[in-house]
Amino acid sequence: MLEAILGGLRLVATLDLRLWEIVALSLAVSLSAVALATLLGLPLGAAIAVGRFPGRQAVIVVLNALMGLPPVVVGLFVYLLLSRAGPLGDLGLLFTPPAMVIAQTILILPIIAALARQAVEDAWREYEEQLRSLGVHGLRGALTVLWDIRFSLLTAVLAGLGRASAEVGAVMIVGGNIDGVTRVMTTTIALETSKGDLPLALGLGMVLIAIVLALNAAAQMIRDAAQRRYG
Amino acid sequence: MNGILPLRLERVSFAAGGRTIIDPLDLTLEAGASTVILGANGAGKSVLMRLMHGLLAPSTGRVAWSSEGPRRRQAMVFQRPVMLRRSALANVVYAIDAAGVPVGQQLRLAREALQEVGLAYAAGRPARVLSGGEQQRLALARAWALHPEVLFLDEPTANLDPGATREIEAVIKAFDVAGTKIVMSTHSLGQARRLGDEVIFLHQGRVAERAPIDRFFPQPASPEAAAFVKGELPWA
Repeated sequence: MLEAILGGLRLVATLDLRLWEIVALSLAVSLSAVALATLLGLPLGAAIAVGRFPGRQAVIVVLNALMGLPPVVVGLFVYLLLSRAGPLGDLGLLFTPPAMVIAQTILILPIIAALARQAVEDAWREYEEQLRSLGVHGLRGALTVLWDIRFSLLTAVLAGLGRASAEVGAVMIVGGNIDGVTRVMTTTIALETSKGDLPLALGLGMVLIAIVLALNAAAQMIRDAAQRRYG
Repeated sequence: MNGILPLRLERVSFAAGGRTIIDPLDLTLEAGASTVILGANGAGKSVLMRLMHGLLAPSTGRVAWSSEGPRRRQAMVFQRPVMLRRSALANVVYAIDAAGVPVGQQLRLAREALQEVGLAYAAGRPARVLSGGEQQRLALARAWALHPEVLFLDEPTANLDPGATREIEAVIKAFDVAGTKIVMSTHSLGQARRLGDEVIFLHQGRVAERAPIDRFFPQPASPEAAAFVKGELPWA
């Protein structure tokens, strides 16, 4: 056991090429998914926050429920879409990193949209009357509020990144865990553990935990700094 | 200059959630005299000011300014001002930019406004960490920079200590001297005497009385106003 932990540490410390390739692919996939989900999720959340339309409450309930989407179900859904017989099968994306990006984007879009919706709605309740009094309406008002709560929104984005980098089910199904092509940290840990190659699994586990810790620490530091700086 | 006053409210009423808050009323506000709106909690003071300012649309009737310019010549200061998460100066700049003032004049006007309310020292500080009194003066600076023809104030000193209240009242007086029509609601009869020229007394969504301040306090004409002035609330 101790031997396995030391082996894992050695892989991390010696910048083992195989290990860091896996880490790099994981980050590339998850960061791409976060970028896409942010691009779609922030406007979506903001629109639901300030919009008044029939069925709004139901949309919010569904959106909040989707925050807990099981990754394997998302993986299955995207698998069916991208499989040879599926509606998007001709794109030939199955078992490629883009397929993994698509799956993770779907997984974390509700998280970013729902957290953004809450933040924007709270801020809008506070700002609306003052902004209207100043003669600020529509898009300009929305942009003012989004900019003012940018640090809360960053927290939403980091929550999405944390979820994306830690999930295994979706990338496993649509990526296929192909060595050197679609093998990421979580799927490697699952595979190597079952094969009994504990040093690699443990090394990746340490890196993964370090990343998640760093993300949460960054989120908290940014919030605290913003609170001190802007009130 | 083609002014926006007088402001006419014609058969204006307001109801929300099946409850009537303002009964149909006719009211004309002329330039000049400072108007203080008095009344108990729930009498409709805030709603009436929001109807005048345009934040609420009347359920019936209409609110008519004598002219509608290209940019707003009226401003409102709330009981709790909302400040953007940026510097005090940037908050004033934001307000005058929203009002359509050319970029080249914004900084100068904003600095003048901060000077006027005695906040020049805080120009670079984040607006949200200012004290309550400073935030309210910043809200007044935001209005000052627009040189509005009418300034609505909704209980502007309700949350402030006596020192901060004095400072706010001094700025409101300065608006008056500069020719801005003041329309203010307050709970403080002393403040009404210090700042007002005339009183509109609201009781349960109706104008129970409108009178010059010199007449209102010694000899209120309506029984509700008489009770209010004596501090005996008839509904308590």
